[in-house]
Amino acid sequence: MNPTNLTPKERTAIPRVEMPELDAEFRVSSLTLEVNQGLSREQAVMEASRCLNCPNPQCVTGCPVSINIPGFIKQIEQQNFNEALSVLRRTSALPAVCGRVCPQEKQCESKCIYNRMSKQPVAIGYLERFAADNGSLPQTERPQSNGVKIAVAGSGPAGLSFAGAMAALGYEVTVFEALHAVGGVLIYGIPEFRLPNSVVEKEIVALKAMGVVFETDTIVGKTLSYDQLLEMGFRGIFVASGAGLPRFMNIPGENLVNIMSSNEYLTRINLMHAGTPGYATPVPQPETVAVIGGGNTAMDSCRTARRMGAKRVMVIYRRSEAEMPARVEEVKHARQEGVEFLTLHNPVEYLADERGRVRAMRLQRMELGEPDADGRRSPRPVQGDIVEIPVDLVIVSVGVSPNPIIPAAISGLEVTSRGTIATDSETLQSSIPMLYAGGDIVRGGATVILAMGDGRRAAAAMHNNLQSNLK
Amino acid sequence: MYQIVDKQQFSANVVKFEVIAPRIAASRRAGHFVIVIDNEKGERIPLTIADANPERGTITLVVQAIGYSTRAICAMEPGQSFADVVGPLGRATQIRNGGTVVCCGGGVGVAPLLPIIRAMKQAGCRVISILAARTRELIILEEQVRKSSDEVIIMTDDGSYGTKGLVTNGLEAVLQREHVDEVVTIGPAVMMKFVSLLTKKYDVPTVASLNTIMVDGTGMCGACRVSVDGRNRFVCIDGPEFDAHKVDFDEMINRLRQ
Repeated sequence: MNPTNLTPKERTAIPRVEMPELDAEFRVSSLTLEVNQGLSREQAVMEASRCLNCPNPQCVTGCPVSINIPGFIKQIEQQNFNEALSVLRRTSALPAVCGRVCPQEKQCESKCIYNRMSKQPVAIGYLERFAADNGSLPQTERPQSNGVKIAVAGSGPAGLSFAGAMAALGYEVTVFEALHAVGGVLIYGIPEFRLPNSVVEKEIVALKAMGVVFETDTIVGKTLSYDQLLEMGFRGIFVASGAGLPRFMNIPGENLVNIMSSNEYLTRINLMHAGTPGYATPVPQPETVAVIGGGNTAMDSCRTARRMGAKRVMVIYRRSEAEMPARVEEVKHARQEGVEFLTLHNPVEYLADERGRVRAMRLQRMELGEPDADGRRSPRPVQGDIVEIPVDLVIVSVGVSPNPIIPAAISGLEVTSRGTIATDSETLQSSIPMLYAGGDIVRGGATVILAMGDGRRAAAAMHNNLQSNLK
Repeated sequence: MYQIVDKQQFSANVVKFEVIAPRIAASRRAGHFVIVIDNEKGERIPLTIADANPERGTITLVVQAIGYSTRAICAMEPGQSFADVVGPLGRATQIRNGGTVVCCGGGVGVAPLLPIIRAMKQAGCRVISILAARTRELIILEEQVRKSSDEVIIMTDDGSYGTKGLVTNGLEAVLQREHVDEVVTIGPAVMMKFVSLLTKKYDVPTVASLNTIMVDGTGMCGACRVSVDGRNRFVCIDGPEFDAHKVDFDEMINRLRQ
């Protein structure tokens, strides 16, 4: 069958592809094996042939960076995988990452025409990942340097995409990273079984080949001040320091031993390799673990806990599953891996054993009330309905706040009441003309694709600005 | 990078290192700390900066071998390098201009106290330093402390040096004797707790520099959180120094046991 000759009717008759994935019982024995195995060529071409190449493609409007989705999908259908990647690369710096971690069901795939036919949307995310993993582009020529030095604070998705865009324009880019490893949340946060480090490493190698310099162990605002960066000759600074600060619920007992943020838990395991023989960083590995929260970080935490050997892992979420912010696929995978979901439960207190470690949590049963400002039905307690459940480790995953180090260190930098850096919504320029900012330090906790889009947008705006200044 | 250029054994378990870290040496101030990773499989360990030499591009760290990683660090020799040193972290000490300050250091806590003693002295304070330890050989940096102090009181648990007794005995004698504007304390959590209880009784403002468990040291993990005045604060970015009278030391001591 040559898919390119299919009629629309034949196309819509093809069922949506299923992502090949490792068996749940097997995969929970490994921290590093990627769960989703990726589509085969045949699967990808077949899935691509489902796309109707709509004249007015709504999927593109669902993409925060307006990727030409039918464009890359039709290249896959024609088996031009390199060209498919090339289309993606025009708007996305990190397609291999976004194909894996974007909430497609809330973005591009939610707008797919198939939804209106009561059919499952084209698997745009799977196809994006396929193109990124299977396409290859000619090594980009290292551009002629224009001699203008640019500094980036933070090597997460926003910083990496900004660095790539500026390096391509000939700027001499140095990325300063506070941790000892490059990649930000892609490395310390998102686990290997969902996003292999090799995918991130490939991007970093490519940036280095374009002349981007990475300096680890360097905190802008601490190791190097803003004034020092100016003295060093940097003509533009992009701040992409992320939303590092974990929130807690401030309930009794929350500071007992063995209660930690998901950031701490995931950093210990992903960045520091706690639990892997030979590595010095410790992490508790008990039988019963509770994860508080319903976002992607909560899913990463509960699934990591299963892989660290916990027998009983519970997700505690105060609303119902319909309101859960996590990607649908992560919830599905967590369930397959034996994670229990206690929705409509909210912790109100933790109880200690005789040595000051958490031994139990008291959970308030909740019910859904009226929709709140976000349109999500807000939970309210069912009076007097409290359950007590034994637990050895609690991982609090109820959100993050912007990292305050840079906002506090640079005088004259305008900051919002939420602690994010105030920027022009179009150009991402801050109150200091040479300083731009993007990603979670501006958005306060968003997605990889938005951060990446910010990096690109800020690069274009800074380039414009520098060009007009240089003339 | 981060090569050890000098090592001095203060006592069986306490080692002083001079380490190449030019950017940190140039930007650090009293009260700042660094995170050190000994090798690529190592742990991130917070260590307070005891001194720095911006000309040589070095910082001084005093390390007590108490756990797996600190023992490994203390076994390192000049010529070897740490995998990573990042900083300076935390907020710098608020230095008083004038008045009488009592600086209480317990054990290895004297190392991070030294730059504060110096800065207070330089700013014109009358500085009384109290150095306390279990026994004589654990009293460190006495000579350097003397150079920047108007008075030095040595306390040992076993009476092998100075006066026999705890840091609080020495401190109470001073508080009874004269007006003190501020007390700064760095040492084991239990010691700081009792210093704080004592100075509360005498109504003397007191700053404690906390040494909690940390992973990243930049606000990301929250492992270092402590209750200060009933609010969660992060030692790495809000501290390490806090109003001792508002710190929940019992909670902190419990968290240090993990």
